[in-house]
Amino acid sequence: MTSAHSKLYSDDVSLVVVVVDTNPFFWAAAALPFADFFAHLIHFVNSILLLNHLNRVVVIAAGVSSCAYILDSSDASPSGGVGVSDTFDRASRKAEEFIAQDARATAGNGSVASANATSLLSGALSLALCYIQRIFRSGTRHPQPRILCLQGSPDGPEQYVAVMNSIFSAQRSMVPIDSCIVGTQDSAFLQQASYITGGVYLKPQELNGLFQYLAAVFATDLHSRAFLRLPKTLGVDFRASCFCHKKTIDMGYVCSICLSIFCKNQKKCSTCGSEFSRVMPDLNSMPDQSK
Amino acid sequence: MGSLTIGAKYKTTIKDPGTPGILRMNDDRFTFTPNDPRSAMKFNVDFRTIKGHKFNKVEGNKAALLNLSKEDKAGGYIFEFDNVGNRDLSRDFVARVLGKHQGIVPPRPTVTPENSVASAALEQLSAAEVERRVKLLREDRNYIRSLFLEIFCKNLNFGQQERTYLKMKQIKDQNKGQVSRMRLVDIKPTTDGRTNKVTFQITPEMIHQIFAEKPAVRRAYLDFVPKKMSETRFWEKYCRAEYLVRTKNTAAATAEAAGDEELAIFLKNDDILAKEAKMKIKRVDPTLDMEADTGDDYIHLPDHGIHRDGNKETVDADSELARRTLSQDLNRHAAVVLEGRSLDVESTDPKTLAEALVRSKKEPPSTSIVDDANHERLVKVARMTEIEDLQAPRSLPCMRPLCIKDPKEYFDSQQANALRSLGGSNDGRKARTCSLSTEEAFHHLMDQMSSIKVNKLNCPIIQSDMALKEVSKACLAELQLQEFLELTIPRSSIDGYPGIATAFLVIDPITSAVLYNKVQRVKEAMTQIYQKLQLIKESAQPDALDAAFNHDVEQQQKSSKAGNRHNGF
Repeated sequence: MTSAHSKLYSDDVSLVVVVVDTNPFFWAAAALPFADFFAHLIHFVNSILLLNHLNRVVVIAAGVSSCAYILDSSDASPSGGVGVSDTFDRASRKAEEFIAQDARATAGNGSVASANATSLLSGALSLALCYIQRIFRSGTRHPQPRILCLQGSPDGPEQYVAVMNSIFSAQRSMVPIDSCIVGTQDSAFLQQASYITGGVYLKPQELNGLFQYLAAVFATDLHSRAFLRLPKTLGVDFRASCFCHKKTIDMGYVCSICLSIFCKNQKKCSTCGSEFSRVMPDLNSMPDQSK
Repeated sequence: MGSLTIGAKYKTTIKDPGTPGILRMNDDRFTFTPNDPRSAMKFNVDFRTIKGHKFNKVEGNKAALLNLSKEDKAGGYIFEFDNVGNRDLSRDFVARVLGKHQGIVPPRPTVTPENSVASAALEQLSAAEVERRVKLLREDRNYIRSLFLEIFCKNLNFGQQERTYLKMKQIKDQNKGQVSRMRLVDIKPTTDGRTNKVTFQITPEMIHQIFAEKPAVRRAYLDFVPKKMSETRFWEKYCRAEYLVRTKNTAAATAEAAGDEELAIFLKNDDILAKEAKMKIKRVDPTLDMEADTGDDYIHLPDHGIHRDGNKETVDADSELARRTLSQDLNRHAAVVLEGRSLDVESTDPKTLAEALVRSKKEPPSTSIVDDANHERLVKVARMTEIEDLQAPRSLPCMRPLCIKDPKEYFDSQQANALRSLGGSNDGRKARTCSLSTEEAFHHLMDQMSSIKVNKLNCPIIQSDMALKEVSKACLAELQLQEFLELTIPRSSIDGYPGIATAFLVIDPITSAVLYNKVQRVKEAMTQIYQKLQLIKESAQPDALDAAFNHDVEQQQKSSKAGNRHNGF
């Protein structure tokens, strides 16, 4: 029994957590309709599930004001059916519910500006990492987890700290973060995330063939990636956002205690409370401690 | 060979007082003429009748006798000489002549007991003579070697051997100023079995060698003796150091070195030698000369050479004590011997010897010559190391050096580039700012979700027309490639070559049944074509076939190029 069990979990069993950007402001202006995008996504999810009967897929939607799980392949369907259409039904139903909930939350939160609205990437990454942690603690035999972010909205500098924390925590857990940019602009956060965690960053040229990109690049498990030549980015935008104004800066002031970044000289660090403007004591007046 | 005239007494027997007279010998015969002309003891004997000669050991008042015996022991001629010298001369002459005649080794002189018996032949050597010979044999191994060579290889008699030895000694004396070829520096002590004493014997010869091979010791000698210590004391310390090194007693050596400054000098690395070695190595052109063997000359370098006990040990960098290796010592000795500088000083006084050696070694090359040589060497090295193939072409204009772009500018420009390139594509993906309000945006999204629910997954995500075109193109391309390869490379070697079409089919999952059918038909057609091609190839003549295929390939390539342009993909 144990030998058969050991053969069940091999190197190519994957847990893919897909973070989907459902920012309505982005999708309203996007070239690819959200419906098509959703179809590509569902096909991709099915493809992963077809690769190995032990594969698991979790889809997390990142909205403007909230995040939620919209699909978990390990959940039993209420109708009892298993298959492509079943997956699709579950996912679409949940997505619809989530969008409605997000709309309500956004309407209640008046501070969101439409033009610069960003999706809650940090929240979605946190949810993904929590799920993965639960999987890690479920036992020694678990699939190899990874995160795939389908991002279209621009980066929100206000999420810099949270996103970086998520990235570092993913790095520590050895969970690669793959990124597929469906928007027009590159995402500095996701470039850094993929770079640090050893994932793949891709910005497809033809969004009509999104499924093919996903299937060719992101469907492979971690073990098989060693044998493939996957796309590489030309460069990574390592620019940080300042903690005070959330502006993207490349030159700033860093607190020597907590490494927080500021664009202007400050007297006190807002993160850890250290005072910068303290005058050094005169060395002559101090008692000679060596004697 | 000459002749010999000598006064002697002829005796018929031992007890005979003897008839004084003159003994004349030449190569063929010897004659004896008594002083008294009336005496009848006159004879003229051919040496050919003489078979051997014997002589006695002269002790005390005994007379020096020489007995020339005839063959078959039929008697002989006994001569008594006034002194041993005369007797020896005669004896040598006789031995030579006999040797020449007979070509055999003369018998060795036998030593008779003190109370000599008259019947036995007197063959006694004087004690002094024997002592002299023993001393010779003991001290000079060369003599023994030459003796061996002469006796067994050249059949010379004993007189000749001695002469050869004298000749060698002469040569040796000529080379006296030079260091002996034998390595005497390894002074071996004698130990008294009972007490804890170790005795060293140092001869002037050894001192000469030590000064020649170890300049540091020489310098120490000049510095210390007789100011700081006596000569005996100096050599005592030196021997002590040598003993400690030989017995590999590093702990005791370190302790003694710590306590005794002078002793420490003997235990440390020879810095003069190191300096000389460095200078020598500098002058060697590594690109042209293979002369330098760094393992031997760099005595300060660790991990080189075999230690005296035969194993290779790593050197403790902190220890100041020298780790001499056998190869280093031998090479140093050989270098000194080959230098072959003979000194004018003949005296055995170590001090004068040391000074003379120092003087002889003081020949620093003039700096200008060294600089020129150095410069020449560097030029040579530069010439040698230039590899023409790898030189950059000098005619091309200088390239602009690389510079690091400002990251902000770079990434901003990347955005612009991305937008520009996307603007040119057929999708026309532009960054459109959303002018809708929050409600409107969410409404739009909800509509999308509704459309999804309505349509479900009926719309294929892969456009079959485009996919088919791509697959057909890929199949055609593969067909052409296969043909081309078959013409140029034998089939067996390309069996493992994965088809482009098959690879394409693997990565692109087919979702449409229609597309699947079409692809199947294409595949069947392809296999049929392969079989036909195979038959044609086997049946047709190779030359005609090659020409036909080349023509065909060209035609197809032209048509496909045209086709490509037409499609616009």
